[in-house]
Amino acid sequence: MPTVLPYEYKYLRAKKRFPHVWCPGCGIGIVLGSIIRSVHALQWDLDDIVMVSGIGCTSRMPVYVDFNTLHTTHGRSLAFGTGVKMANPDLNVMAVMGDGDALAIGGNHIIHAARRNIDITAIIVNNNNYGMTGGQFSPTTPAGARTSTTPYGMIEPSFDVCKLMEGAGATFVARGTVYHVTELDNILLKAFRKNGFSVVEVLAPCPTNFGRANRQGGPVEMMKLLKNNTINLSQLKAMKEGEATDKIVRGIFVDRDVPSYDERYRELCEQAKKAAEAAK
Amino acid sequence: MIVPWGETRLVQGNEAVALGAIAAGIGFFAGYPITPSTEIAELLARYMPLKDKKWIQMEDEIASISALIGARLAGSKSMTATSGPGFSLMQEGIGYACMTEVPLVLVNVMRAGPSTGLPTQAAQGDVMQSRWGTHGDHPVIVLAPSNVMECFELTVRAFNLSEIFRNPVILMPDEIIGHMRERITFPLREDVHVEKIPVPDVPVEWYEHYHESASYVSPMAIFGSGYRFHVTGLTHDKQGFPTRKENEVIAKMERLKYKITRRLSELEDVRMHGMEDSRVVIFAYGSVYRSALAAQAILRKRKKRVGVFRPVTLWPFPDRTVKENLDSKEVVLVPELNQGQMIHEVERMTADAVRVVPLHRVDGYEITPEEIVNAVMEVV
Repeated sequence: MPTVLPYEYKYLRAKKRFPHVWCPGCGIGIVLGSIIRSVHALQWDLDDIVMVSGIGCTSRMPVYVDFNTLHTTHGRSLAFGTGVKMANPDLNVMAVMGDGDALAIGGNHIIHAARRNIDITAIIVNNNNYGMTGGQFSPTTPAGARTSTTPYGMIEPSFDVCKLMEGAGATFVARGTVYHVTELDNILLKAFRKNGFSVVEVLAPCPTNFGRANRQGGPVEMMKLLKNNTINLSQLKAMKEGEATDKIVRGIFVDRDVPSYDERYRELCEQAKKAAEAAK
Repeated sequence: MIVPWGETRLVQGNEAVALGAIAAGIGFFAGYPITPSTEIAELLARYMPLKDKKWIQMEDEIASISALIGARLAGSKSMTATSGPGFSLMQEGIGYACMTEVPLVLVNVMRAGPSTGLPTQAAQGDVMQSRWGTHGDHPVIVLAPSNVMECFELTVRAFNLSEIFRNPVILMPDEIIGHMRERITFPLREDVHVEKIPVPDVPVEWYEHYHESASYVSPMAIFGSGYRFHVTGLTHDKQGFPTRKENEVIAKMERLKYKITRRLSELEDVRMHGMEDSRVVIFAYGSVYRSALAAQAILRKRKKRVGVFRPVTLWPFPDRTVKENLDSKEVVLVPELNQGQMIHEVERMTADAVRVVPLHRVDGYEITPEEIVNAVMEVV
């Protein structure tokens, strides 16, 4: 049984904003807990943290934490975050998004944030559908799945978020679930430490909408699915050659050291000033 | 020295906007290439790194205006430049900035539309979009320059008004003004007045991000300053937290309105020429105002007494001044580079007895003084 640790209250707007909006069995609160534990481990000053979000269930997260919090328009959290980070590179900027927010309406912004390699940590809570509006399909809804807008089953293929982000140039790409919480704490800790654009996809259940539409059971059954339908990277490596798996792989897929946009912009200013000086 | 303080130069309208932004203390620019505004972004890309100011080309206009809001909340005065199609995309962010009361400056160098239209040619088709483009009731401030010097001066004024009113301000030169070159003399640095919203000095726990001060515009903390606050596009209370409580919702919406309407006189900026003795008035703004002045000179030579009325601040519309000065006239000619937008405002503020006559041009070219002269001769 997970418990709220006493120090976690320090990070919450506990008296002001609760109870929260999330449904029973939702995974987003677990992600919030993991973020708080990772931030606590880093000993970041609350004044220096900016949490940005867009629109959706996950994007309601900022109002509950006592950081500098910015709840923006649908899909744009990384664009707002880019402005924040450029204006004050000393701030630790994280963006929390759902799958529809990050990958559909925000798809253009996330690939360019990754390409630029701006020093922001993007956390995508993937529950395979738009929860807040009543369970419509999203870019991560699996083929064949039922949602309120795919009553005959999903015919579009879905994104592999981690491969997409690796291809776009992110310097840190990882996947975790809200069942494997200790693993998620460690992944987030590394993602926050990383200088550059880091993406963490967190698989989470949405029993109210996706689970109900696809007869996946209640919160407990959906948690078991996360446990049984995923393997970690070492389990993947231990598999025999040629052996196939239909399981989703968890772990850190990309962790590379590349100068961030912030560093390169600083260099650009120095070069520009030198060139202007030389031209005098 | 980027702004040639006190010097006389041949300068393009868009260039004057870029220099005005530097003079006003711009700290952040985000934009997306679009004709006929691109010179503004190009020049700032060259100037801003020299002063350690931040400049970025985003992936689209929605991202650009979003980045501006983020940057201002982190303390940098911010601006973008665009044209019709990009202006439409930015409406989402304009609404967010109005709702969250974040200052920013948006330059819309107007080209002919709708849609891609005539990308390199002039129009004044975005006048109503600038007033009502984003969804919901919202306050706006829109300025329209008519020459290169005003491109510089009104850019500084746009920044100042955005800071004073904690609201986005839209600067709308048409393509003719953005691309024209004129000899101008820059002011001395000490003569340029620059505003910035005061930062709060109250203890952290007392801070209200939307405090109802006497001026309706409260000091604004920035991210990283120790005042941790919440910003949301949801309707919010004084602290910034979402609310649906009737009294808090009404208080928010009324403050958004009254912070502008109670200080209309500070915002109003009109130019009037030869109004006293004339029964016919030409109502014109932007590049058309130049043709109106030239037409007035021609008509005066022909002993036709014609006045010219120009709003520099397009929104809020100068209701009372229009009524006071145009209601007693016989004819008001409203030449516009569109099929009739501002003319409805003039009609709204004048009695039925006043003949309000349109003059449209929508082929991307300027309205010439001769066209205005002919139109006046027809009605008198």
